[in-house]
Amino acid sequence: MREHKISQKALAILIAAALVALVGSFVIPAFAASVDAAAQSGENAGIFASITEGFEKMKTDVYNVLIKDSNYKHITNGLGVTVKITLAALLIGLLLGFFVAIIRSTHDKTGKVKLLNAICKLYLTVFRGTPVIVQLLIIYYLWLGKMGVHENFAAIIAFGLNSGAYVAEIVRSGIMSIDNGQFEAGRSLGFNYFRTMVYIVMPQAIKNVLPALANEFIVLLKETSVASFIAVKDMMKGANALVGFTYNMNIPYLTVALIYLVMVLVLQKGVSLLERRLRNSDH
Amino acid sequence: MTTDNVLIKVSDLKKNFGSLEVLKGISTEIKKGEVVVVIGPSGSGKSTFLRCLNRLEEPTGGTIELDGVDITDKKVNINKYRERMGMVFQQFNLFNNLTILKNITLAPVKLGIMGKKEAEEKAMSLLNRVGLADKAGAYPSQLSGGQKQRVAIVRALAMNPEVMLFDEPTSALDPEMVGEVLDVMRELARSGMTMVVVTHEMGFAKEVGTRVVFMDEGVIMEENTPAEFFANPKNPRLKDFLSKVLI
Repeated sequence: MREHKISQKALAILIAAALVALVGSFVIPAFAASVDAAAQSGENAGIFASITEGFEKMKTDVYNVLIKDSNYKHITNGLGVTVKITLAALLIGLLLGFFVAIIRSTHDKTGKVKLLNAICKLYLTVFRGTPVIVQLLIIYYLWLGKMGVHENFAAIIAFGLNSGAYVAEIVRSGIMSIDNGQFEAGRSLGFNYFRTMVYIVMPQAIKNVLPALANEFIVLLKETSVASFIAVKDMMKGANALVGFTYNMNIPYLTVALIYLVMVLVLQKGVSLLERRLRNSDH
Repeated sequence: MTTDNVLIKVSDLKKNFGSLEVLKGISTEIKKGEVVVVIGPSGSGKSTFLRCLNRLEEPTGGTIELDGVDITDKKVNINKYRERMGMVFQQFNLFNNLTILKNITLAPVKLGIMGKKEAEEKAMSLLNRVGLADKAGAYPSQLSGGQKQRVAIVRALAMNPEVMLFDEPTSALDPEMVGEVLDVMRELARSGMTMVVVTHEMGFAKEVGTRVVFMDEGVIMEENTPAEFFANPKNPRLKDFLSKVLI
């Protein structure tokens, strides 16, 4: 019953947000365009007429740019690529991030694994200290592309490496937030370092950083939009293609913005539900 | 080498934190069934001494023998020896994400000492012994400090240890909860468990201890039976210390 209510509320919020986004992204530019047109033609139509005219123009534009010749497929196919790249990069980022976090916190706790720690630090410095688009271009044009690797794969590697650096610091902060007494209690019972980490420290650390990890997922989803720079046929590339052959910039870019916004809203709702759940089981 | 009654033999134990000498050569023997109570002013090294016994602190020098095996030897698998030495902390350190029952059964089950069913039965009977059987499904955050510490004692006992190490077990408790924890420890001592207890509870030392050790400035200044220790202190520092603490 309670679950049902929550999902209804979530749906209502989503619809409201989508409406606001629609009004914001479509009507205002359309209105501006129509007023612009009215001013240029010297007519002195009222604001109401301008809005009506704007709506009519928008309807035709949407039809011509998105519906005709199944043009929307450029964007929907791209959406599939965007989602695939995001999920694959997320997986790499999580694996890499956890690995680096464990090495870094092991070093902080015990002073061991000095060399591995230094390598991890270098990795974090480079990938957190340079823009993701620069990393993407370097990885594709200077490395993987030269080896004939597909651009989608290169994008997954680039975003995975980039995301891993952020995941690593999130997870490390989670590990370091667990009281050392928890660790000592595990060791005193006879667990070795690794098993203490697995059974006692990590479950608590992950619980603490789950919302932050989910946010990293949202950031990653949006960041993959620069993949079109290496000719990945993602959603952004689809929109660019539409702009290219319909000579309309408004509709493709605004459509893409709306799709990203709706996806992010859904994910954010998921994060806040997750946070509430975790708070309720706060032991 | 050692008389078979000796469980732990500490020889010239030293521990430095950087340039700070915390333990300056501790030698003592702990026999089976003994309840050794370690007292001393804060900063005397008594907690460090206790934490060295299971190598939670890595000793800088000296040896610690458990049943004749030098456990400070780097080739020794310390985890195996820690299984035989239960430890109770000042801050309880219960696993916050696990139920009380899981807290107790995690180590015996995962370390393969007993099966899940056997571990749970053992946990329940131990919880019964400390009067907390009804809390088996609760989480640590739902327990009072005294209850947490009693669970922590049970968690250590569930491993069937040969010796129990207590690191100021009542120092973090509200005064009205000290009694319930000391009762459990008293009962444990009566059952014949070998115990090393770092504490400020002079009443407990007097009543339950078989030997009281006074540490100051990283050395054992005096050790004696409780009766002699409190009635006839010889070391001036101990006399001074005893005159300052309420008995």
